[in-house]
Amino acid sequence: MSEVSSSSQWPLWEVFTQPPGGGPHEHAGSVHAPDAELALQNARDTYTRRGEAVSIWVVPSDAIVASSPGDAGPFFEPGNEKPYRHPQFYKVPRGVKVF
Amino acid sequence: MDRTRAPQQDPAAENPEKLAEFEARLGRGETIEPKDWMPERYRKQLVRMMSQHAHSEVVGMLPEGNWITRAPSLRRKLTLLAKVQDEAGHGLYIYCGTETLGVDRSELIGQLLAGKAKYSSIFNYPTLTWADMGAIGWLVDGAAIVNQTVLAKTSYGPYARAMIRICKEENFHKRQGYEIMSTLAAGTPAQQRMAQDALNRWWWPSLMMFGPSDKDSPNTGELLRWRVKRFSNDELRRRFVNLTVPQAKAIGLRIPDPDLKYNAATKDWEFGAIDWEEFFQVIKGNGPCNAERLAARRDAHEQGAWVRAAAEAYAARHSARSAA
Amino acid sequence: MIPPLFEYLVRHGDDRLVLGHRLSEWCGHGPILEEDIAMANISLDLLGQATMFLKLASQVEGQGRDEDTLAFWRDEREFRNVELVELPRGDFGVTMVRQLLFSAFAYHHLEALARSTHTELAGIAAKAHKESRYHLRHAAEWVLRLGDGTEESHARTQAALDQLWPWTGELFFQDDVDRALQAEGAAPDLESLRAPWETMVTEQLVKGTLVMPIAPMRMTGGRTGRHTEHLGHMLAEMQIVARSHPGAKW
Repeated sequence: MSEVSSSSQWPLWEVFTQPPGGGPHEHAGSVHAPDAELALQNARDTYTRRGEAVSIWVVPSDAIVASSPGDAGPFFEPGNEKPYRHPQFYKVPRGVKVF
Repeated sequence: MDRTRAPQQDPAAENPEKLAEFEARLGRGETIEPKDWMPERYRKQLVRMMSQHAHSEVVGMLPEGNWITRAPSLRRKLTLLAKVQDEAGHGLYIYCGTETLGVDRSELIGQLLAGKAKYSSIFNYPTLTWADMGAIGWLVDGAAIVNQTVLAKTSYGPYARAMIRICKEENFHKRQGYEIMSTLAAGTPAQQRMAQDALNRWWWPSLMMFGPSDKDSPNTGELLRWRVKRFSNDELRRRFVNLTVPQAKAIGLRIPDPDLKYNAATKDWEFGAIDWEEFFQVIKGNGPCNAERLAARRDAHEQGAWVRAAAEAYAARHSARSAA
Repeated sequence: MIPPLFEYLVRHGDDRLVLGHRLSEWCGHGPILEEDIAMANISLDLLGQATMFLKLASQVEGQGRDEDTLAFWRDEREFRNVELVELPRGDFGVTMVRQLLFSAFAYHHLEALARSTHTELAGIAAKAHKESRYHLRHAAEWVLRLGDGTEESHARTQAALDQLWPWTGELFFQDDVDRALQAEGAAPDLESLRAPWETMVTEQLVKGTLVMPIAPMRMTGGRTGRHTEHLGHMLAEMQIVARSHPGAKW
């Protein structure tokens, strides 16, 4: 078969949608788009057909800065080992209302 | 630099320690994410599996797309269009998932259109009557659901997440198809004949969707070990048959298999021999409409080139302007 | 005597049925996957609106027909859409220019119709207006990119505009049907929509570096059942399965 022209499929964008009810924006997936306006529209058409969103963010994929797996130890393990950040670490006499 | 995609790995650097750790992670039921270390072979298998799946969704728009303009009621027209639209979306989710493994969508599409990539052989069959819309939704989507529900727990994160989204959407597809069939089966004599004829043509190809018997499937062992595949082809096919035979009986349609019989001990519907020669012919490219499916996708791609180029030219011109 | 309201509903329902059908022809053949999804969305909106208009029409008529009977069992001479929407979908430039021209009209028409003294009609219009705002945005952004894209896209889009412009006059066609409804405050004066429509589309087209055609409007008759030769072929395809099984349910 003859060569297929390798015309681009446009840059990749990451899509974040906010569900109704005041929750945070969450990653929904990606779309391809040539620019921000069409990225927004493509995201709306692809990820909100079932009433899943009240707001959309789109971000060019290469603008995302991410931690790498190698960082997992130093980044996240210390956070797992600080129980004094949790309320159940603290004793309260029986019967006393704290709040 | 794109920090959300898998970094390029030197295939020569297959590291037995890292491999052991990788397999231990899988053993603990952990999910592998794009930037995690993975054997090059795992990455390759996933690119193959995911891109084939994505191609199938997109090519799969064509057999049903064939009947949108002839749907016999407004409700059927709308629901069929919505279903085919969903399939485009599914292809899109999975292509995006594949791209996390370091390959561009344009490259994948190029492979499909050059005839170098596989897609599900079921879509190389023609849709000859309106009843085929019922048969496809009920049987083809039905088979896909059996496959996909299991894939939602696959070891590669982006694939699993795409599958969860797809499974939610897929449920209406099967119900839509079954509703079409049951309406036809309860309709005029001509409609009943149409429904039975469609079932006769789509039954065996749907069974073949699960792939060759495990003894003839070279990739299965490795994919099972890596928890990419979770069950064997034969097991999934058995589940599908057990689910579907009662559904056919409930609407008065006959499964076109003279050897079909119920085994009361195992509670399985045992079925006759599949003609694997037909399957391999279709996979090889000699099916009833392999050429037409690819030609349609090539046409769309080629006729759309000026559109894609225009959007890029506009974007380049205007971002240059705003940067100035 | 056919009630004017019935005629009115069928006119605007048929616009959407025919245009929705033309858009649905793209499914699986669009220039990129994202656009297959986008055009299907617009088509679904239009077909949904057509269903609402035709359902209400059949109720107003009160002769036992429903929206499907109207869609699949009327002949070409009974269809009341403007001819602009029945023209073949052409290339993507034709499709987007036509969508811009139609949706800009729908935007103004439905906004006014949402104030109709006929409650149900106002309700349908309000819902449809929201959808048409999105269609307009999508088509306008595309016409911009196609007009101000590459040399090829510019040439194709200019050709599309030159081809389609003479069909737009019919959007503002009015007769006793409209006047009867206007007398009750049930429908707007379409002539009053012409200037805002023209301003809106001209702005978008010129922004896309396109040249406004100076061609005269064509003679048209869609609103009274005299169509181009295209509609007959379209309906033959659209209606064939339904018509092959009289009395059948789907």
